[in-house]
Amino acid sequence: MSVEMLFALCACLLIGIGLYGLIVLPHPLRKLVAFNIMGSGVFVLFGALAKRGAAAGMLADPVPQALLITAIVVAFAATAVAVALLLRLIEATGSASLADAPASKD
Amino acid sequence: MDAWTPTYGAGLLAAAVLLPFVAMLLGLALGGRWMQRVVFALMPLQLAVSAAIAWFWLRGDTLVYLLGGWAPPLGIALRADGAAVAMLLAVAVVVCGIGLYARADFGTPPEARESRAAFGYWLLLLAVWGALNLVFVSGDLFTLYVALELLTFAGVPLVCLAGSGETLRAALRYLLFALCGSVLYLLGAVLLYGGYGTLDIPLLADAVRPEPIAWAALALMTVGLLAKTALFPLHIWLPPAHGGAPAAASAVLSALVIKGSWFLVLRLWLDVMPGVATASAAQLLAALGAAAIVVGSVVALRQQRLKLLVAYSTVAQIGYLFLLFPMAFDADGVMAWGELAQAAGLLQAIAHATAKAGMFMAAGLIYAALGHDRIDDLAGAARALPLAVAAFFIGGLALMGVLPSGAYLAKKLLLASADESGQWWWTWVLTGGAAFTAGYVVLIAARVFRRPAAPLQGVKPVSLLSQWAALGLTLASFALALAAVYGPLSDELLSKALSLKELGTMALTFAAGALLAAALSRKPLFAPQAAARGGVAMLGAAFEGGDRFVRRWPSAMLALLLIAGGCVWLLVRG
Repeated sequence: MSVEMLFALCACLLIGIGLYGLIVLPHPLRKLVAFNIMGSGVFVLFGALAKRGAAAGMLADPVPQALLITAIVVAFAATAVAVALLLRLIEATGSASLADAPASKD
Repeated sequence: MDAWTPTYGAGLLAAAVLLPFVAMLLGLALGGRWMQRVVFALMPLQLAVSAAIAWFWLRGDTLVYLLGGWAPPLGIALRADGAAVAMLLAVAVVVCGIGLYARADFGTPPEARESRAAFGYWLLLLAVWGALNLVFVSGDLFTLYVALELLTFAGVPLVCLAGSGETLRAALRYLLFALCGSVLYLLGAVLLYGGYGTLDIPLLADAVRPEPIAWAALALMTVGLLAKTALFPLHIWLPPAHGGAPAAASAVLSALVIKGSWFLVLRLWLDVMPGVATASAAQLLAALGAAAIVVGSVVALRQQRLKLLVAYSTVAQIGYLFLLFPMAFDADGVMAWGELAQAAGLLQAIAHATAKAGMFMAAGLIYAALGHDRIDDLAGAARALPLAVAAFFIGGLALMGVLPSGAYLAKKLLLASADESGQWWWTWVLTGGAAFTAGYVVLIAARVFRRPAAPLQGVKPVSLLSQWAALGLTLASFALALAAVYGPLSDELLSKALSLKELGTMALTFAAGALLAAALSRKPLFAPQAAARGGVAMLGAAFEGGDRFVRRWPSAMLALLLIAGGCVWLLVRG
């Protein structure tokens, strides 16, 4: 098995774990971690594709690296925003639950 | 001409994207009450830039701007085709309208103290504007990813400007679900790069073939974008977010932010992968749209608060935006009418952007004046707030497709295509859908025009400018449609507009809407029919229960996976 294939399989595993976490874990912080795991899977996959050099036919393709670093920054920013929101939510309501408040009876 | 020859005037594209962000930084640096002044200084400038881009397009030039002078595949190009120009202009008009409206809510008069919510609002308005413009002109799938994320980051804090626990929860739900969608989109983009070595839209359009990697990429990207657009059953975050935000922010979210990801679905299906998309997969998108119309409208009729009614009406209207996809295909399943479908979709999107912004603003004004927006207690509102109520109804009529609104023209285009390609079932959805919209227009009419039991006390005065801004935007919905007919579209669309058949359809739509409203509303519209409502009321409650079920997190995520799977299967099967 080639190195790229190994990385691609790892990527699939990470994406699967992340997706599973996003579906079943109720706590928003865990969802956020799951999102980051899933994102890492996508980044690893992109790295494996760069090694394969689909575009340039060089040893490795440099374009995905440039894109990857941008994507990582975006994911980091997203995580920061989500954590800030979560902290405010806990401050305001005392709980981190995402479930709707029970419908008022009026 | 080579697709990447930079054109004269192309700097305008860079300006359209950069100016809002420059203004944002300027406002941040100056701080406090300057933020709003910067926004108001930018508005005419951006309008002029958008108009200039439209002028170039009408002259027949497609503007292309190369970032740093590097041509694709290495560099990134900004491009303004017809769709981008139409959306740029529409967004500029809507943002200006919303800005004028928001002056009363988020303005900082000289004697008042500066507030964080106001500062945040103007800042985020600029961010939404810049991000949307980038979505429209960007010609590269990765730049589009960044633009979409910018749009989400700008949209999420708009939800929780008020800072209450409920709005924070809605914002967090929105953010997490949108992030899940964006990872799926990015995964699709990565696969495309792996398969074809480029993410530039024209290059990719030439390279893609119907093969596993393209199918997987299209399905993943589509479903990710659907999650961000909140197409039923992925509308988990929309009602609490749009219903809970301040009216000026809801207008931005509902009219503009969801259009960004929708526009990208349009780009993907019609521009990037017309050869990969299949008629049967398009049927799936439109079927979800039809479900959105029915469920969104019925649940809208059952709401107790005006703003939530408008939010659920957005759920239904998003459904309309996806009805265009099957109409792009002819009877043999070949994408022959992509341009027609695109024109119809843009008309519908612009009609919705203008009308829905106006309706949210009207709902906000009613709330501000009466101190509540309980639908059952709106009696007398029409007399107290004639302008706001007029704006609400004109917006409702525009969405229903009363001629000559954009929705009417879009429906005409789609009906013609449905007839031609033999997809008679969509004819039913297209005509029937308007009756649902008529339903909540009639429902609100029955409430606001009723005489109140006691004269309304303590109606607070609301800004006249805000009222005119709401009314102006809903009227713009009609004006933009007329401009489209006398501009790029053929004016045959309006030739039979006043025939007996059209007027008869309109009357029937209203009658059906009145029936729906009478049957499904929470409290009976007229006294005598109360007895006959038992069974239908149960049906309405069942719809509400179903809506609550699909809006739970696990069911929404499973729906996401199911749609992705179904989409792949339909793409493979052809």
